[in-house]
Amino acid sequence: MAKYITRRVFYMFITFFLIATATFFLMKALPGSPISSASKLSPTQLAVVEAKYGLDQPIPVQYAKYMLNLAQGDLGNSFQFKNASVTDLIIDRLGPSMLLGTQGLVLGVAIGILLGMIAALRQNTIWDYGSTFVAIIGISIPSFVFATFLQYWLAVEWKIFPVGLWKDGWVSSVLPSIALAMGPLATASRFIRTEMIEVLSSDYITLAKSKGATGFEVAFKHAFRNALIPLVTVLGPLAAGLLTGSLVIEQIFAIPGIGEQFVKSIMSNDFSIIMGTTLFFSAFLIVVIFLVDVLYGIIDPRIRLSGGKD
Amino acid sequence: MKHDLQKPPADSFERIEIDASHAERITKPSLSFWQDAWLRIRKNKAAIVSMFILALIIIMAFVGPMISPHDAETQTITHANLPPKVPGIEKLGIMDGVGTLAGKEVDLYEMKKVDTYYWFGTDGLGRDMFSRLWEGTQISLLIAFIAALIDMVIGVAYGGISGYYGGRVDDVLQRIVEILYGIPTLVIVILMLSFMKPGITAIIIAITITGWIGMSRIVRGQVLKFKNQEFVLASRTLGATNGRIITKHILPNILGIIIINTMFTIPTAIFFEAFLSFIGLGLQPPDASLGTLINDGYKLIQFQPHILLFPAIIISLLMIAFNLLGDGLRDALDPKMKD
Repeated sequence: MAKYITRRVFYMFITFFLIATATFFLMKALPGSPISSASKLSPTQLAVVEAKYGLDQPIPVQYAKYMLNLAQGDLGNSFQFKNASVTDLIIDRLGPSMLLGTQGLVLGVAIGILLGMIAALRQNTIWDYGSTFVAIIGISIPSFVFATFLQYWLAVEWKIFPVGLWKDGWVSSVLPSIALAMGPLATASRFIRTEMIEVLSSDYITLAKSKGATGFEVAFKHAFRNALIPLVTVLGPLAAGLLTGSLVIEQIFAIPGIGEQFVKSIMSNDFSIIMGTTLFFSAFLIVVIFLVDVLYGIIDPRIRLSGGKD
Repeated sequence: MKHDLQKPPADSFERIEIDASHAERITKPSLSFWQDAWLRIRKNKAAIVSMFILALIIIMAFVGPMISPHDAETQTITHANLPPKVPGIEKLGIMDGVGTLAGKEVDLYEMKKVDTYYWFGTDGLGRDMFSRLWEGTQISLLIAFIAALIDMVIGVAYGGISGYYGGRVDDVLQRIVEILYGIPTLVIVILMLSFMKPGITAIIIAITITGWIGMSRIVRGQVLKFKNQEFVLASRTLGATNGRIITKHILPNILGIIIINTMFTIPTAIFFEAFLSFIGLGLQPPDASLGTLINDGYKLIQFQPHILLFPAIIISLLMIAFNLLGDGLRDALDPKMKD
């Protein structure tokens, strides 16, 4: 176990280092720079600005500086937003994104588990088909299409919820959370259904039934707990999905979160925010996938941790 | 007539000789793997319906722009922002060219003195949405199919080499995959797109750059499973070359799984294209894809809901159909599911 964790942590660092390097050089290779559009500057002024941001130094020097700063958790300063430090900008915007992500994940997984259970216990009935249909819809309809219609009907037409922005307190997080929940809901319900059906046909369930356990006991005490374990494995992809979703959904509902800032900084060529956010996203996903793998090994001793994740 | 049950008449029984040749007779026609799969998928209603929907959308993507009386590119400013109007259906009260203007329902066609029909309405530049929708579908499908094909080729080659040759080759290739696997797809796609000139090629490269990894892992696992099975060993003992073993013995066995995986890559690629176009990193005007159409429609949803509605319906139908067909194929091709 210790050996496995050490190895994985080592790979995590290599991956992160590669991403940081690739991000840096891709940004350097980008056409244009955040100050190139300020054409009103004279060449002298331009040189002064470039010197201020260290853009006049050779690329390898800039790279070394960047990496050194990164090791200390300093992601540089933004070119917009009055030179604010990128780390601060990200922390400032973390709140709404975290809230939406957590609410979406919890809501989606909870309803998904419920639907999956119903489908498995009432296999090949109208309940099963209904919940399978919801799952297919959840996987198929792109989150931004779904979010747009939610916004149009529930906010613009019926005026039940605020259209967007982050001004009305918790109510403003309801629609975006629902939109984000669709993906996890679909994944969880499909997954739980398959697992439950498999578990329900296993020997120990037959044994439990023959010992006189009631249907409720069998379903919740015996089957459900075992079906739940593998759900941990999809948490990694789900987290990645939530990130993807947050980029568009924060945009649609005009939420001051990290995703919205990221999309905006791509449009305005703000290198340091693009790099900072990219690294933040990558670190987040790398850590989530790692934790999921380790957690899975701990809660299900049947899994060998020696090989890859096949 | 009454039978004495204790003493049945002798003629009610017939003596049957056991014919040894009968035991060897095959009563059902032997089915190849594909015939068997087809029999099973035919029973899956959802998959069959999906196949028809997909066929219809694909045909319309090519025929649609041709049957529409209007061109997708022509901008007729006087015909801008018209709601859908279809001959025949207009009498039912839907798609009759009536839209809201300053809170009142008016026939915009009459008001703007337009005497032709725009089946799906027009956009803000007076372009025919029907033609634009199908041309956009064409582009989206093209991107998805090419991306899925590239993913498949790279993934199968990489995973196949890694699994088949094993040893040090496998070690090196798998270490690379382990590192690449940690990179979030979304991040790398966005980085690549901000770096490359936006367009169809850029989107395909961005989607495929990490897309093949999933396929390569699955193929490697399968090749590892098959390469030491008895029929492969027997063939090798008989002097078969590596090429022959791969093409004749291993590939046919893993083809099903490759197809299933490719089926699921296509909707993912459609989604990614639309997603990228939606956040403004995808295709640039005047090119249209489902994603850019949805993006255009989203901006006008309060005033011109029809611009969003049709591309949203088509992309949802495409995704649902590909997912259901993929599910059906998995059930039909996966040998574990065989009863």
